Amino acid sequence: MNAPHNIDADSWTVAGRTFRSRLIVGTGKYKSLEQNAAAVAASGAEIVTVAVRRVNISDANAPMLTDFIDPRQVTYLPNTAGCFTAEDAIRTLRLAREAGGWSLVKLEVLAEAKTLYPDMIETVRATELLSKEGFEVMVYCTDDPIMARRCEDAGAVAVMPLGAPIGSGLGVQNPVTIRLIVEGAKVPVLVDAGVGTASDAAAAMELGCDGVLMNTAIAEAKDPILMARAMKAAVESGRLAYRAGRMAKRRYADPSSPLAGLI
Amino acid sequence: MHQSMSETETCSINVNGQHRRVPAGTTVAGLVQEIGFDPARVAVERNLEIVPRSTLGEVQVEDGDDYEIVHFVGGG
Repeated sequence: MNAPHNIDADSWTVAGRTFRSRLIVGTGKYKSLEQNAAAVAASGAEIVTVAVRRVNISDANAPMLTDFIDPRQVTYLPNTAGCFTAEDAIRTLRLAREAGGWSLVKLEVLAEAKTLYPDMIETVRATELLSKEGFEVMVYCTDDPIMARRCEDAGAVAVMPLGAPIGSGLGVQNPVTIRLIVEGAKVPVLVDAGVGTASDAAAAMELGCDGVLMNTAIAEAKDPILMARAMKAAVESGRLAYRAGRMAKRRYADPSSPLAGLI
Repeated sequence: MHQSMSETETCSINVNGQHRRVPAGTTVAGLVQEIGFDPARVAVERNLEIVPRSTLGEVQVEDGDDYEIVHFVGGG
């Protein structure tokens, strides 16, 4: 390993699109669109998730997301947040495709408001239907390696297991199953949801994930822009550590200074 | 006679769950503009079917239509 290698030569590809940043950030819960845009810039994210909602008829002059985060500079990844059936999700994404012309989408079909856990039966069904319609579907799923495989079999271009419930900030709860998903998947794996702070993002990347998707951890930090920068560094650090290959764990100490030549 | 009738007729429609009246002959693009939005920045569903953006300027609003007009907002 004496040959020089380019530390920065690292990218990932989803549905034929190649990205350098492995951090995807949401655009919800910010105090203002200005703050949101500044956080996205600080995060270095090349992809942002966005929601599809009714225009506000009573306030047509309200500032618009697209005025602050330029969809020509940053890839918009429309989501189906708030959809509880495959049909709702498909309807939402058809509108998203018409609004933005994008086929790369994030599918989430939720089961209940309390946990916002994905309904995997509906999720797999929607993945299959959307894939047949030409969508490239990145799928929010449970941290279950079998369900992740089902999503992949249904046509998912990426599987995105939750680290912990959406907005919980609890960090990766099941590192073993996330690792099993990484080892079994032929498509990119991104931890989506549950990250609370930088170490959580680094831990997800150290498991070999291709990326991390987060919203609340940045938006609800006391200083979202500083946290966005922290997450950029964490994802990069975790990735580098994974590529570097960590040392083996030992049960007892092993001195770092030579024992030979001791006075 | 029919022509002069249609000039003063209005259509009763729903837009994003709200009732609204628009003059007969209004196009979908005209409807979007009337509520203050740029047709190039929204997506329109009419009676549960997408109206392709390329046809927004041609499709006319009909009495009883139900519209959803959406755009992108912040989300996770």
